[in-house]
Amino acid sequence: MRYIPNSPGERRSMLSDIGLERIEELFDQIPEQLKLKEAIGIGEPMSEPELLEYFRSLASENRIDYQSFLGAGAYSHFIPVIIDSLISRAEFFTAYTPYQPELSQGTLQYTFEFQTMICQLTGMEVANASLYDGSTAVAEAVLMANRVTRRSRVIIADTVHPQYREVVSAYTKNLGLTIDVIEHGESGNFDPTTMGIDRETAAVVVQSPNFFGCVEDLEAIADAAHEAGALLVVAVTEPMSLGVLKPPGACGADIVAGETQSFGIPLSYGGPYCGLFATLDKHVRQMPGRLVGEARDSEGRRGYVLTLSTREQHIRREKATSNICTNQGLFALMATVYLSTMGRQGVQEVARQNLHKAHYAASEISKIPGFDLRFSAPFFNEFVLRTPRPATEVIDGLLDKKIIGGISLERYFPGMSDGLLVCVTETVKKDAIDKLVSALA
Amino acid sequence: MANTPEDLSYTKDHEWVRAKGDQATVGITDHAQHQLGDVVYVELPKVGDKFEAGDPFGSVESVKAVSEVYMPLSGSVTEVNESLNDSPEQVNEDPYGEGWMIRIKIDNPAQVDALLTSIEYEDYIKEEAAE
Repeated sequence: MRYIPNSPGERRSMLSDIGLERIEELFDQIPEQLKLKEAIGIGEPMSEPELLEYFRSLASENRIDYQSFLGAGAYSHFIPVIIDSLISRAEFFTAYTPYQPELSQGTLQYTFEFQTMICQLTGMEVANASLYDGSTAVAEAVLMANRVTRRSRVIIADTVHPQYREVVSAYTKNLGLTIDVIEHGESGNFDPTTMGIDRETAAVVVQSPNFFGCVEDLEAIADAAHEAGALLVVAVTEPMSLGVLKPPGACGADIVAGETQSFGIPLSYGGPYCGLFATLDKHVRQMPGRLVGEARDSEGRRGYVLTLSTREQHIRREKATSNICTNQGLFALMATVYLSTMGRQGVQEVARQNLHKAHYAASEISKIPGFDLRFSAPFFNEFVLRTPRPATEVIDGLLDKKIIGGISLERYFPGMSDGLLVCVTETVKKDAIDKLVSALA
Repeated sequence: MANTPEDLSYTKDHEWVRAKGDQATVGITDHAQHQLGDVVYVELPKVGDKFEAGDPFGSVESVKAVSEVYMPLSGSVTEVNESLNDSPEQVNEDPYGEGWMIRIKIDNPAQVDALLTSIEYEDYIKEEAAE
């Protein structure tokens, strides 16, 4: 995208063409009290050397010698260097994703491959070209369930990531939907018999593994949802789990929505990430987002094009399935390169390492007097510890030993001040786990 | 030349109505299906939905475009043609028969008199084409 500068003279002439004298008049619609009256406080301009120095000094404050056990929706996995080299190619490295089939076969092909791999991982029939991130994907899933069922009640487990739930609330606030948040059971799982699913329920939304790391019994929840004619929406914040878990599609999910950050996308302090969205063929016309399909050109050769575009804003205007049509092309490419590099076996191997290391950590920590596992449900690479003193104190104690031990659940679940959410991925070495154990003991 | 059966009533939005008492069957005309081209998907309301005359009750997607279909009369939906889910091409092949879209209970049967006759509709198509 080009930056097009214009001179003061050009600005004056543009303003006079539309009958204005000052640029500020363009903002007359905005109430006075909302306008910024003084300059933005970002300091004086800097020269390039000063700017580099400034950022170096900021960067030197980053603590990179800490061992992190943070998860909760953002996961530290190994990122093969091939990803950066491939996505940096000029054909891909654009701020805007081109979709014209006559000049964008490469982009369309990798998008098609991304969709294919998301379908394989989730066990679903059709996946889109990605959405903003996991939270907005889940919100779109709720809206889609409302369109498919024409019902307006949504049951969402409190173990769906709290920030995802906030985004769902924000998306649905003015749409007349009722969002009922249902509390988890004693085991950490969602109990389908106590959810109160009725004939008004459009969707049951659960996350697996859930915010506590517990793997949900999706089949039982799917049966309960389907019996009432509701859809099952499965949120996935840790898609690496799909390397060892039965895919949600095989458990009866109608929509799988989640995050692909685990697949080669840097943590970057929380974003940008890349949402995944998959569903069943029979619902494809209600699916939001871009969709790339395989086609044949006039000479019978294989090619790729945007397909079923009539769902979308550029054709359907206000009746589109979603009016957020941006996807995360470059991040979807990262995930595509990651999954292609690792392959089926590679993803399974990484997933197994996560599983084993997390279970090793959990079992070693449970041996420490005062610490035990809060929930009995099976888990993947994340689990909740019950701590002998407030989790925030435990976390502070670990920080002194250069360990970021996890997050205190109290922040999201008032009353759970003794809950410490710990994540162990394949990037954590055994001696780092042992160090955590001895620091806690 | 499009087929416009004499025993039906029509709208300027290119729907046809076969009314009997307070019951009516609704679809899109032969002229409309010609204009749209091959229909690939029909989105219909559900039984029990109520609409005012002129409200969109569904949409027809062809290889060229998506078009809304409008309620010719105020009323509630009593039946939808589920077979269009699997065979939307019936709208092209038999617009006045197998390609019907919904059956409705009419709120005010007098509204039927305000619809176009086949001759008025044919004239209207000619006017539209001339514009």
